[in-house]
Amino acid sequence: MSTSTIAQAFDEASLVAKAKAGDADAFGTLVNHYDRRVFRMAKQITQNDEDAEDVLQETFLKAYSHLDDFQGNSKFYTWLVRIAVNEALMKLRKRRSDKTVPLDDPIDTGEDVVAREIAVWDENPEDTYSREELASILDEAVQSLKPAYRTVFVLRDIEEMSIEETAEALNLSISAVKSRLLRARLQLREKLTRQFKRKGDDALAYL
Amino acid sequence: MTPLLTCKQFLHDLNDYLEDVLDPATREELQRHVNECPNCWVVCDTTRRTLKVYKGMEAQALPSEVHSRLMEALQKKMAEKCGKHPTTGH
Repeated sequence: MSTSTIAQAFDEASLVAKAKAGDADAFGTLVNHYDRRVFRMAKQITQNDEDAEDVLQETFLKAYSHLDDFQGNSKFYTWLVRIAVNEALMKLRKRRSDKTVPLDDPIDTGEDVVAREIAVWDENPEDTYSREELASILDEAVQSLKPAYRTVFVLRDIEEMSIEETAEALNLSISAVKSRLLRARLQLREKLTRQFKRKGDDALAYL
Repeated sequence: MTPLLTCKQFLHDLNDYLEDVLDPATREELQRHVNECPNCWVVCDTTRRTLKVYKGMEAQALPSEVHSRLMEALQKKMAEKCGKHPTTGH
């Protein structure tokens, strides 16, 4: 059986090894592979294009300078995300006028999780919007979350990192990630329900 | 038969239920609740769809000027590094 299709796939480990050995092209391939995701994540966390671009550049410059520190214990992308998250959180802290609430504060631990907005969605609500409209609805909902929830949601549910990787990247405990993630998901669900609920269902009570 | 979970208990375990990481007995309990409770069924369904819609979101390519500035910054850095630690030309 031919292995040529496998060989053509993006081989992160070998690119990283080459980049560590000084191969600039290999590093460039890694950059081109991940830059859009790093930029999107930076935008979602900082909520600002300029900051996101700074984060993007700083992330890859730091990754390049510190390639030797990457031991391969985690995936390269997880390592990259950790750098990017730190940069993004620094930007966010700098920009926030209210510095009294640290982003890593233990929050809402005793608070109940609730679901207030309960309505059935349209069959395929995403099909009734253009790609741009949908992207802007989804972005807006994420932006409305508190930073502590937003960061967890972005890493776990948009970047599709595992709970463990998210905890590692944000320096949080697994249980903190889980509880923030639950609140983030439920809050987003409520916001999207306002957009996506089946028309005419307002009067229907599911009680 | 054990009493039905409360909605609060159901919500508390919603993520593990959606990610299917529960032991079969707990899963069964949650399944029973969601089958009996229309509100939790809706919450569960719409949360699942919330995740689906976000997962389907592709990252857009970088704006070309952002990409060129990134490449410029990197090339500068690479040139610096080569300048500091020459590996050729002995």
